[in-house]
Order: sequence, then structure tokens, then C-alpha cells
Amino acid sequence: MNLLQRFMHRCRRKSPSLFHLNTGSCNGCDIEMLTCLSPRYDVEQLGIHLEGSPRHADILCITGPVTRNALEAAKTVYSQVCEPKAVVALGSCAGSCNVFAGSPVIVGPLSKYFSVDVFVPGCPPHPDAIVAGIQRAAEILADRGVPEKAKGVPQR
Amino acid sequence: MNTSLWIHLFLFPGLLFAVPASWFYVWGEHKATARIQRRIGPPLLQPVYDLVKLFGKRTPARHGIEANLLRLWPALSVLSMVGAIAMLPVFPGGPGFAGDAVILVALLEIPSICFILAGFTSGSVFAQIGAIREAILSVACNVVFLLSIVTIAVTGRTFHLSDLANVTSNPGHWIGVFGILLCIPAKLRLNPFSTSSAEQEIYSGALTEYAGAALAMWKLAHGLEWVALTGFVATMVVPAGGAWWVHAILFVAISFAEVLLLSAVAAATGRLTLERSIRFYWRWAAILAVLSISASVYARFRS
Repeated sequence: MNLLQRFMHRCRRKSPSLFHLNTGSCNGCDIEMLTCLSPRYDVEQLGIHLEGSPRHADILCITGPVTRNALEAAKTVYSQVCEPKAVVALGSCAGSCNVFAGSPVIVGPLSKYFSVDVFVPGCPPHPDAIVAGIQRAAEILADRGVPEKAKGVPQR
Repeated sequence: MNTSLWIHLFLFPGLLFAVPASWFYVWGEHKATARIQRRIGPPLLQPVYDLVKLFGKRTPARHGIEANLLRLWPALSVLSMVGAIAMLPVFPGGPGFAGDAVILVALLEIPSICFILAGFTSGSVFAQIGAIREAILSVACNVVFLLSIVTIAVTGRTFHLSDLANVTSNPGHWIGVFGILLCIPAKLRLNPFSTSSAEQEIYSGALTEYAGAALAMWKLAHGLEWVALTGFVATMVVPAGGAWWVHAILFVAISFAEVLLLSAVAAATGRLTLERSIRFYWRWAAILAVLSISASVYARFRS
């Protein structure tokens, strides 16, 4: 990586913008995710911030087992997030449909439709686990932005 | 063009100072909010990371006049703000960029107009709602803003910026400065007058459809708005006389103190509805502004 690519890599890693999407979650994971913004966990010190529009986001945090109605909306939102992007599946529902597996209205899990970069298991996952997952996604995102031919040099 | 114009435009308080200052002020805003909420807050370079990252995003291709307009609005906002900052009378009496308060007001208004136009150009419903809210709020706060500037001008008996910056002993001048300070939260879309940006409520307001470099330009324009508006108040407050470097230090210190004050107000208040925001400006703030301008005009004709 040259100096500019190294700096861009650092900027992407230090400034992950999230867009939060609920695809039929019971709200447990959503509440735990919002807890990360509270003074106790304070993700802003890591540069993580929630965005109102998927166009502004880098990381798509998806909760829920993906209901039939939510699938098209999830695909639309996924396509609206600009490259480079990463997807985090928050909670056991997004990862494996959890207790909703086999339901006729559930078309998940999420990995059937999107390439999920980080799975954060738990029902709901602990805020610390969510922060760790987002940090890992930010590293994947930063690596993804580097051109293939520049990846030969050790990063960080 | 003379040398001092170039210095004002590109060195201090122009581009070379204004861009890093805008990052520092935006960081100050986030850090102050975080400290008030007992959080640690972002690192010093966070605004730089946010901005540079956006330049590296691959945005969807747009075509036609809409694409050009969407690029034009943030660029126009940045240019107008750089012009406004260059016009600030940081060194009153010294050789500088001679300007008039009317031009400064016009330049300060351009980002707001571009914000509204950007919302309508993008075609998103949420962006249009944000643009309408911004338009209404702009009309509401500008009555007070203009009356406050006229109060300062009537007190100083001039519209010339360097002369206005010299008059700081008159009570009318201070009431005018207070009126401008009241309008800054609405102009910067801060709480309690953040209804036009209203994160999460109407997605990202007028900028919902923006991404990548164009969004980065908007962020830069917003940072420069911080520098211009807080700097305008700072130049009106700094006492006349003294060395040029004292003026420069006081300009930065008072501007940053305003950033902390506005952040504290934003952190301590919730978002008002559009109706309540208008009621605040057209009822309470406008009464103050009308009284102050009447007192100034009366005092002027009496003396």
C-alpha cells in the first residue's frame, strides 16, 4: 500500500458509519444495539456512529430472522449502501433464524441473500460483543477498500 | 488584487485556517456533547477521518442536469462560506478585505438556500420534507437575524464591517450580538432547532440521497458554517485596539467558547417541533429584536 492508500485504510477503519435495519426482530437486538451508543459503552470514542440514511453508511447492521415482507426492503437498503461496505448479522435470529426457524413467514437466515461479514450471536447479543463485531467489520471494510494488487504489502 | 485580499482569502481567516478550524470546531461540538453526557467522545482527528473516508466511497452514477446540480449545491456552499470567512473583520482598522455587512449576510444565507435546493433536486420524499422544514425555519430565524444586524448597524451608524467591529461599548451593539447568537442554532441546524436535519426521524433530511464526495463537501460546508457564524459573533465582541496577534487569538478563543456554549445548549435540549421553533423566533426573539432596533433608532435620532 502506498501512503495515500494506507491513510484511506486508517480513515475507513476509524470512521465506520452504521445503518441499522430490522428485518422482523423482536426488538431485543435493536435495544442492545442502541445501548452501545449510551455513556456506558460510548462507541463514538471508536469513531462508530449511526446514520439516518443507508447512502451515508459503510456497515449495514441487520437484526431479525428476515420475514417475507422485509426481504425486498432489505435488498433495496443493501443496494443503497455505497461500496466499500460490510454486513453485520446481529443476534441469533439474523444468523440462524433461532426459534423462528421453520416458520412459513420466515425466509431467512440472512446469509441466504447477502454475504454476511460478521456474525454476532446471542439472544440478544451483549453490547460488548456488538461493539467487537462492528470493530471487526470496520477492519474488513477497510481491507476491502484496498485494491487487490496493493494487498501484498502487510497492512497495519 | 492586493496582497491582503489573498491573505484573507487563502491564509487567515481564509482557507488555510478555516478548514482545520472547521474540523476542530466540529470535534469540539461532539466532544463537548460527549463530556456533558459523561462519555469520552471522539478522538481529535475524527472529523478528518469522516471526511476523507467519504471521498473514498464509490457512489452510484447519476446522469443529466440533476447530477450536475447535486454536485453544484455543496460546492457553492463551500465557496460562499470561504468568501464569508475571508470577509470577517478579524483585524479591524488594519489593511484587510473591505466588506459590507449586507454582502456577508447574503453569503451566510447561500448554504441554507443550497440545502433547500439540494433537498428538492434529489427527489427523495424525506429530502423534500427536510428542505421544506429548512425553508420555513430559515424564514423564521432570518427575521431576527436581519433585525439584529440592522440594530448593530444603526448603533454603529455604518454597514461597513471593520467599523462595526470597532463599536463594542454600546448596549444596542450587545443586544444585536445576542440576537445573532440566538439565531445560530437554527442556522447550524442544532438542537433545539434541528427539525430540518432530524436524524432518524426523516432519515437524513435534505441530504438523504447524498453519498461519497458530495456528502463530504456538505460536511465541509457545515464545518465552515460553524467557523463563519461563530467567527462573525467573535469579531463583533473582540474589543478594538491591541496588536494583530491579540485579535487573532481572541477571535479563535471566543469562537471556540461559542462552539462549547452552543453544544451545551444542544446537548441540554430536545428537538422542538417546527411550529414551536417558529413560535420562538417570531414571538419571543422577534419581540426582543424589534425592541432593540426601536431603541437603537430612537437613541440615534436623539443624539
